Amino acid sequence: MTTKLVVGLDGKGSGDRALSYAKNLAGLIGDCEILVAYIIEWSPYSFQTPEENAERHKRREEEISTALERVIDPAVAALKKDGIKVKGMVRHGHVADALNSISEEVKASQIVVSRSSDGGLATRIFGSSTANLVMTASVPVTVVG
Amino acid sequence: MNNIYRSLIAIGAFASTVTPVIAQEAQSLDAKVNAAFALVTGPFVSFIFAPIPGTSFPWIVMWLVIAATIFTFYFSFVQLKFFKHAISLVKGDYSDPNDAGEVSHFQALATALSGTVGLGNIAGVAVAVGIGGPGATFWMILAGLMGMASKFTECTLGVKYRNEYEDGTVSGGPMYYISKGFAERGLPGGKFLAVLFSIFCILGALGGGNMFQANQAHAQISGIVGDYPGWITGIVFASVVFMVIVGGVKSIARVTEKVVPFMGVLYVTAAMIIILMNYDKIGWAFGQIFAGAFTGLGVAGGMVGALIQGFKRAAFSNEAGVGSAAIAHSAVKTKEPITEGFVSLLEPFIDTVVICTMTALVITISGQLILDPATGNYAVEGGKIATIGDTSGVALTSAAFASAFSWFPFILAIAVILFAFSTMISWSYYGLKAWTYLFGEGKTTELVFKIIFCVFIVIGAAASLGPVIDFSDAAIFAMAVVNITGLYFLMSVVKSEFVSYKERLASGEIKKFEH
Repeated sequence: MTTKLVVGLDGKGSGDRALSYAKNLAGLIGDCEILVAYIIEWSPYSFQTPEENAERHKRREEEISTALERVIDPAVAALKKDGIKVKGMVRHGHVADALNSISEEVKASQIVVSRSSDGGLATRIFGSSTANLVMTASVPVTVVG
Repeated sequence: MNNIYRSLIAIGAFASTVTPVIAQEAQSLDAKVNAAFALVTGPFVSFIFAPIPGTSFPWIVMWLVIAATIFTFYFSFVQLKFFKHAISLVKGDYSDPNDAGEVSHFQALATALSGTVGLGNIAGVAVAVGIGGPGATFWMILAGLMGMASKFTECTLGVKYRNEYEDGTVSGGPMYYISKGFAERGLPGGKFLAVLFSIFCILGALGGGNMFQANQAHAQISGIVGDYPGWITGIVFASVVFMVIVGGVKSIARVTEKVVPFMGVLYVTAAMIIILMNYDKIGWAFGQIFAGAFTGLGVAGGMVGALIQGFKRAAFSNEAGVGSAAIAHSAVKTKEPITEGFVSLLEPFIDTVVICTMTALVITISGQLILDPATGNYAVEGGKIATIGDTSGVALTSAAFASAFSWFPFILAIAVILFAFSTMISWSYYGLKAWTYLFGEGKTTELVFKIIFCVFIVIGAAASLGPVIDFSDAAIFAMAVVNITGLYFLMSVVKSEFVSYKERLASGEIKKFEH
């Protein structure tokens, strides 16, 4: 049975540190597949203008392709080069909930995330995502500082 | 972008230095604008509100009520039977997780609501109750409940016949469903009706979605800070709206969109508190409502007067049958158009049955309307009920709330400004969609409409309530004439979607998703 690890990326150095750790871990485990995931913070309960709604589908596609291009594809390429089985994905939603549901879907054995995102205000935000995840995840969570 | 900011600051500075000097001139400028406006819109208004021959009942009210009744029966009281399902849909129970990031049912509903919850709920209701008495409330609630079926029909069609463009954007609304739907069924006249609708939609956007909002916002502000020329409020509002819809300063709209629901909850909560504080009068208030509904209690026009006012205000406030909501709801992500119909049921309910009723109850309970103790009827002067302080429109609502919370007019002013602003933003979009349907897409044509829209904000703030509300009503109801005609021809399409959905829901083919 291939062990699956879910790694939450944030597009910053902090996410990269989580990814390095997961890479080392995969090496130790042997038969392992890493799923790198980038979650775009989104809620179905937000309030928008009619114009935003009309353009939402287009924006969503743009957000996904930007995330793939900037964060996921480079990460996947780097891991593949080192001979690690890897898949990438981008999802919209609440960071903690999304990472958790991904790990349930693929039956991951643990989630690896950074403690908080590098950089000013984002630290506050991602930090609480990690805290949320730790408190609500249904699989073990490894927090990389 | 910088140039826009600079010119706005320049305009603002100029206006503020010159204002005291030309204050006298300004008052008569208001009057001039008002007179010109009343002259131009008079014939249109008279036509729309012409009474059915031999009665004093405007044909347009009959048109809306009959439509709502027909749809209610044709869809077997969908507003009652599928209310719970609508809530379930909004909660996201039937939303595919793979659609995360697209427009959710909740977002479509919230957007549409922010367009309909506006001054109609606060000031329009005051006008209705001020003319038709508390009895108008009963008819307003009834119209709201029946109107849910009209919204159901139009919003389903809005999603079904929307245009999905290659770049991923979406356009939907009555002009699309009438032209496409008629063509699909081989009916003539679709294009003509669609064009007619677009024209009225533009007028409606300029009237009810714009002028009325600016007008009553100004009334509330001047009620607090003291009288000053309306065009000043107009210019301020117009500048902010301009910054959002032309300058693309989305942050303003985003803040408003977040604050408006909060203000809505605050408003309803305050109303509930006032009603509960006067719990001993609740029975009396409802008594007044029922008595007034069927006897008029001395109001101008009696029971029919109350009925007309109630129906008018409900229609203007929740826009059921008008078609504007179909434009807002058309952007939702769903494979089943009928689901958006269900979701839209909640709109007239929240708007009219909840919020408008709250306003009407507060006005009634607070005793702002003067009763003649001898007859038990309302003292009527010049077609209106006499009020304490001779207030009408938003001032009447303000006074009603002030009777319990003396500081509330200030909160109401903030709420009014925000509601007015969010309604203007929404209607500028609806009007723009109609405009581009007629004149094609393109930056220049869009800019032309947006500038016209902003100019009308100033006119609306300057004119007096009478001509503005008449024109606003007339324009919006004109939209309903065309839209409902379209709905009559296309309702069978909605029926087949409805039947198919019901079957698949019952068979389990339409699944709930775990959260």
